[in-house]
Amino acid sequence: MSAVLICVFFLPFAMTLLSLVLPRRVTEMATIVVGVVTFVLAVTLMPSVTHGVVTAPFLRVDALSEIFLLATAFLYPVTAIYTIGYFARERSVIARDGADAIPQFRRYSRLFYVGFNAFAWSMICAPIVNGLALLWIAIEITTVVSALLVAIDRTEGATEAAWKYVLIASCGLGIGLLATIILYYAGSTVLGESYDLGLASMLRSAGELPAVPVQLAFGLAVIGYGTKVGLFPVHTWLPDAHSEAPTPISALLSGALLATSFYAILRYYQIAVGALGPAFPQNTLLIFGVLSLLLAALYLFAQRNIKRMLAYSSVEHMGILAIGVSFGAPIAFAGVLLHVLAHAAAKGTAFMGAGTMVHKFGTKEMSGMRGAIRALPFSGPIFLVAIFTLGALPPFGMFRSEFQIVSGGVASGHGVVGAVLLVLLSTAFLGLMIATTRVLFEPGTGAMLPASEPSYWMVVPTLIGVVALLVLGVHPPDTLVDLLTRGAAELTGASS
Amino acid sequence: MIEILTVARPAPTVFDGTANTVAVVVLLLEFGMLRASLFGAQVRLYAAQSVAVSVLAGVVAVGRGVPELFILAALSLLLKAVIVPLVMMGQLRDSRAEIAGSGSLGVASEVIISILVAAFGFFAVGALGIHSEVLPAAALSLSMAVVLVSFVLMILRRDVISQAIGFFSLENGVSMASLVIAAGLPLILEVAFLFDLLVAVVVFGVLIRVQSDRTKSFSTVALDRLRG
Repeated sequence: MSAVLICVFFLPFAMTLLSLVLPRRVTEMATIVVGVVTFVLAVTLMPSVTHGVVTAPFLRVDALSEIFLLATAFLYPVTAIYTIGYFARERSVIARDGADAIPQFRRYSRLFYVGFNAFAWSMICAPIVNGLALLWIAIEITTVVSALLVAIDRTEGATEAAWKYVLIASCGLGIGLLATIILYYAGSTVLGESYDLGLASMLRSAGELPAVPVQLAFGLAVIGYGTKVGLFPVHTWLPDAHSEAPTPISALLSGALLATSFYAILRYYQIAVGALGPAFPQNTLLIFGVLSLLLAALYLFAQRNIKRMLAYSSVEHMGILAIGVSFGAPIAFAGVLLHVLAHAAAKGTAFMGAGTMVHKFGTKEMSGMRGAIRALPFSGPIFLVAIFTLGALPPFGMFRSEFQIVSGGVASGHGVVGAVLLVLLSTAFLGLMIATTRVLFEPGTGAMLPASEPSYWMVVPTLIGVVALLVLGVHPPDTLVDLLTRGAAELTGASS
Repeated sequence: MIEILTVARPAPTVFDGTANTVAVVVLLLEFGMLRASLFGAQVRLYAAQSVAVSVLAGVVAVGRGVPELFILAALSLLLKAVIVPLVMMGQLRDSRAEIAGSGSLGVASEVIISILVAAFGFFAVGALGIHSEVLPAAALSLSMAVVLVSFVLMILRRDVISQAIGFFSLENGVSMASLVIAAGLPLILEVAFLFDLLVAVVVFGVLIRVQSDRTKSFSTVALDRLRG
């Protein structure tokens, strides 16, 4: 299995280098193939990690890492398929503008694919590298690569969003680096002056670490990595970057990047629980989670831009993850991990659907989008399903995950928080539904547009997302259930 | 007489004194960035601060006999004091924009706020009781003060150069902290951190370039379109 792990690490990296030289058509197809192969390889790792840990030099995958790897590896090929449709419109614009724009477009698409593959590679690296220092490095690479991708359109909004994103996220990661170093200090009292922050040794010796430095490191890690997760009050870059980035990048940012950063917090959580007991880490996450959820639920009502609305929904779901972890019950942990997968599929689908609507109507403002269900015969209904999913309606994966989280909360004696969670979730869903209903069903601009899809390359990936959500909700495969159970056990500390 | 003095004042005190002096210099240079009015001056202050951090690494290498830190000091000197400033200057060679007067407060108020923030960081970290075998704990408190003042710099200066340099100097503060409490960090990780910084610098440079090409200035005042 080590060989598989090494392939998972190298394939997207090789694709990044290849996209520097291959012609555009070949790059498009090769990216999809590499994405699919990476996903299949990630899936083949599942049975091994449910029984133990797979390692390779500098790499280590346990059940917890595997879940986050799956989330990214799923979105990588799916958004790659979508990108073909996304670029189809760019090509039609070029056909209209004449031959002058062709070299410009070639340059743009090359830059895009290099960045896209590098971004996917860095997010795949983060959960599979062995050690907190390497994890920090991987997440820092995700930041710089994705900041360039946010800026790639070079519009006024994109430039502004990219600057805010790179500055705020880098500062967050500066704090994350401080957390890494302080944890290194804590570890050096047990593991000796020179060691490599490897996960296995850190988790094993967590119980002997001195309390004050671990407390400090955990607090700094939640704020530092929390900046990338989008936790209140350090979420401010998130709506800007998500709304101004090209749609395939928005889908990756929201579905994969936020979760990848949350993975870093979970690693610090594991160590902090070992060293300090559950109260401090769980209360910290509870506060950040409830505040993020509250902010997002209220802001969802005030959004006019469809991609910003989905971005706030991401803040909401990251808040749910933080609250779920704070419950500390195994069933809630399993729910949190399932939620990571379901959110990747649901938010990816929602962003891609929204991107199709932006193409069709030529605006991101929801006031300019009306009657979308008629104008987009496939993407319209699929977007509706994606919003239902985000609102945790059955039979989709998020219903199952949120049900587990809330029941974990009630079971562990957090009934009041569970009730608050339900109220805020319903508020957020109401906000999303009001806006979505108006965009899809209110008569208006859509009636004047022909009822057709801009490109079926943009429909297929959203269908894949919906199917994945159905599978997660109705009957998740046994191996996946075992994986989630094992991941929950790792978070509880039962398996170490 | 000299021998008596040497016996009475053993080497670690000299070492501590040197280390603390260098750490204070790093903090003072951070304060200098609050009032720099040319982007060249800002970049040079950062280069000087990087030299000071590299010197500190050298001091630890000599004083504590950690030969790996010599390599780190050399690499950090090369990268942060030479390559990063050159990259920044190269990106902006043909830009005529200034960064004077970009502070949202007067320089005096900014310095007073920074002193308060730095003092808070210094004493707060001192109270945690984190001790190190390698460097006096005051250096850790000073590095925290550097980190906090770099935040003040990024918050109060409304130009892209000061904000970027603020982030780079934040990294200098963290590097200094890592010398105090994580001197044993394997060299390969340190090198990876430095390489990461280089990538970040290039990206910051590109984005500053895009920004200044678009608006013909370094100001961030106009970056208020996205809100809510």
